[in-house]
Amino acid sequence: MADTRLDKLFARLKIENRPALVTFVTAGDPNPETAYEIFSNLANAGADVIELGMPFSDPMADGPAIQLANLRALAGGMTLRKTLDQVAAFRKKDSDTPIILMGYYNPIYHMGVKKFLNRADEVGVDGLIIVDLPSEEDDELCHPARAQGIDWIRLTTPTSHDERLKVILKNASGFVYYVSIAGITGTASAQQADVETALNRIRKQTDLPLAVGFGIKTAEQVKATGQYADGVVVGSAIIDIIRHCDEVQAGTAETVNKVSAFVSELASGCKPRD
Amino acid sequence: MDALRLSHPAPARITVYSPTVNFARSSMALDKNLNPESYQSVPDHDGHFGIFGGRFVAETLMPLVLEVEKAYYRYKDDPEFRAELESLAKHYVGRPSPLYFAKRLTEDLGGAKIYFKRDELNHTGAHKINNTLGQILLAKRMGKTRIIAETGAGQHGVATATVCALFDLPCVVYMGATDIERQAPNVFRMKLLGAEIVPVTSGTGTLKDAMNDALRDWVTNVEDTFYIIGTAAGPHPYPEMVRDFQTVIGIEAKQQLQEAEGCLPDLLVACIGGGSNAIGLFHPFLDDQSVEIHGVEAAGLGLESGKHAASLTGGEPGVLHGNRTYLLQDEDGQIEDAHSISAGLDYPGIGPEHSWLNDTGRVKYVAITDDEALAAFQLCCRTEGIIPALEPSHALAHVCKIAPGMDKDKIIIMNMCGRGDKDVFTVAKALGVEI
Repeated sequence: MADTRLDKLFARLKIENRPALVTFVTAGDPNPETAYEIFSNLANAGADVIELGMPFSDPMADGPAIQLANLRALAGGMTLRKTLDQVAAFRKKDSDTPIILMGYYNPIYHMGVKKFLNRADEVGVDGLIIVDLPSEEDDELCHPARAQGIDWIRLTTPTSHDERLKVILKNASGFVYYVSIAGITGTASAQQADVETALNRIRKQTDLPLAVGFGIKTAEQVKATGQYADGVVVGSAIIDIIRHCDEVQAGTAETVNKVSAFVSELASGCKPRD
Repeated sequence: MDALRLSHPAPARITVYSPTVNFARSSMALDKNLNPESYQSVPDHDGHFGIFGGRFVAETLMPLVLEVEKAYYRYKDDPEFRAELESLAKHYVGRPSPLYFAKRLTEDLGGAKIYFKRDELNHTGAHKINNTLGQILLAKRMGKTRIIAETGAGQHGVATATVCALFDLPCVVYMGATDIERQAPNVFRMKLLGAEIVPVTSGTGTLKDAMNDALRDWVTNVEDTFYIIGTAAGPHPYPEMVRDFQTVIGIEAKQQLQEAEGCLPDLLVACIGGGSNAIGLFHPFLDDQSVEIHGVEAAGLGLESGKHAASLTGGEPGVLHGNRTYLLQDEDGQIEDAHSISAGLDYPGIGPEHSWLNDTGRVKYVAITDDEALAAFQLCCRTEGIIPALEPSHALAHVCKIAPGMDKDKIIIMNMCGRGDKDVFTVAKALGVEI
């Protein structure tokens, strides 16, 4: 199965000896039009993987920055259907950059798992991260998604002891996302040494690429984490720029430019490893 | 109070009884749900009540949720645990609560005999303490040193702050900013008991947002913190565990009615927000097929208004706060705000066991509006000298509709799950009275 976009990307980056820059934005934030321009320019700015948040009214694992992003998106009329439509539009001009949808289960369950997966497959979604679907609920969406050829990206956390890792990694594919702190998005940053130890522990149980996220906000942190991680995820720091632009009514073009500039700066931390 | 009396006639004569039951809303649920051998055999080992329940939480919480489950199964029947719980229930809470024949109300309504299960007489004024005592005993045994809770009306927050004071554990209560405003007496009570109150402004600042923020706290403090959930909802094992701690209500009621009347009741009635008082009363009777059971949701300003909290009557199955259950949601699966005059019923979801009992048809669920509950509240004050909480006033309003049409030898047990001291300001405001 070395022919998915994710597999091809991580194989290429292995040869280039550099980590993937994974950027998270919430679909529809701050409004559907600006959000589309932001996310469809992420790859040009240097992102290797696009993680697109599916807005939800009750994002229980997210900190204030992403909570507000969800509310802005919903207030602007964003829906799951529109999120998938935006991915479809993006795929028409970019057939290489992997897109991961991240979010909570209820909007998908409400749409219907089958309908959602058919549409996600059709528009070119590569993987899913669903925060409130642990391994115990794999029958819900994990198995059907894998059967459809969509990767199931699993979150592992500092609370994932070795026995638990076995359970978590069983049906994981694409890559594994290490949540480097026990907590919510956009808050504290982990100690590098702790993260490295954790990744070594996870590597003993899987050959999948390992991406690290939560609390990574600067190019320096990207570079430091990228020394031992296969991917580095930045989310809340990008969202904060979008919020600020929204507050000062910066307009679409300026918002896109500011985000692109920040992503380029982050990408400078993703050079080949020392 | 005479002015009130004139402007609000007794509710028994206002409306005709019309149950609103929906059996077929989730057709996919039916195969798995119908005809269980026993209604008391759920949940299964993964916490499923038919398609409802489950463990829909972030991975960070999973090891802890599994740890809570393991600890609960270890201690639930442990003689020492039971003895400590029962001793506190007796000497601290004041159990058993009386089963009281509401003679004047019965005469006033002119039909079935009405009994109140008087959990409003418990220490702290509601059924909530049955559960918080059980959970804190478990938290102690698990070695947890910090307690968090969410609260809507503040009753669960007070019950949690109370047991935290008793067991000398720090207590943080998440409460929606909107609820803090309308439940000021309970906020001060919690502070007196030593709890820290965190106002929740995220989302809409009500119970669902308080629960979101409590979950966010828990995920950040997994090592030392125990989350005392206030209703029979959340990830497995909470719906089962909270139910078990509340079944003392139904077990006592069954025995007390046997002593008083020598028979089973014909009808049970309880109000439902998350539904812990209701499942506590209902559960011991679920396999007694002669006993009819009605759960009463909050219809707020009316089901047609869209401003209500009736998840079963007006919602659809979905996933929130760790379980699959009926939820108020829009066409995109976004959770909608609930509305009820009663802060304790103001929640867009419901415990998963009630969703299952709804789909199996074992329990009938109906809805009562703010106005109907207010009228029943006043009727209870005048005829029985009991000021009920607004939550059981919903149950009472349903009793007022249905009792007159029942034969005089029929018996209703209604759960008087909370007292109304906390609600007098809300009621005064609703009636246009300044106090």
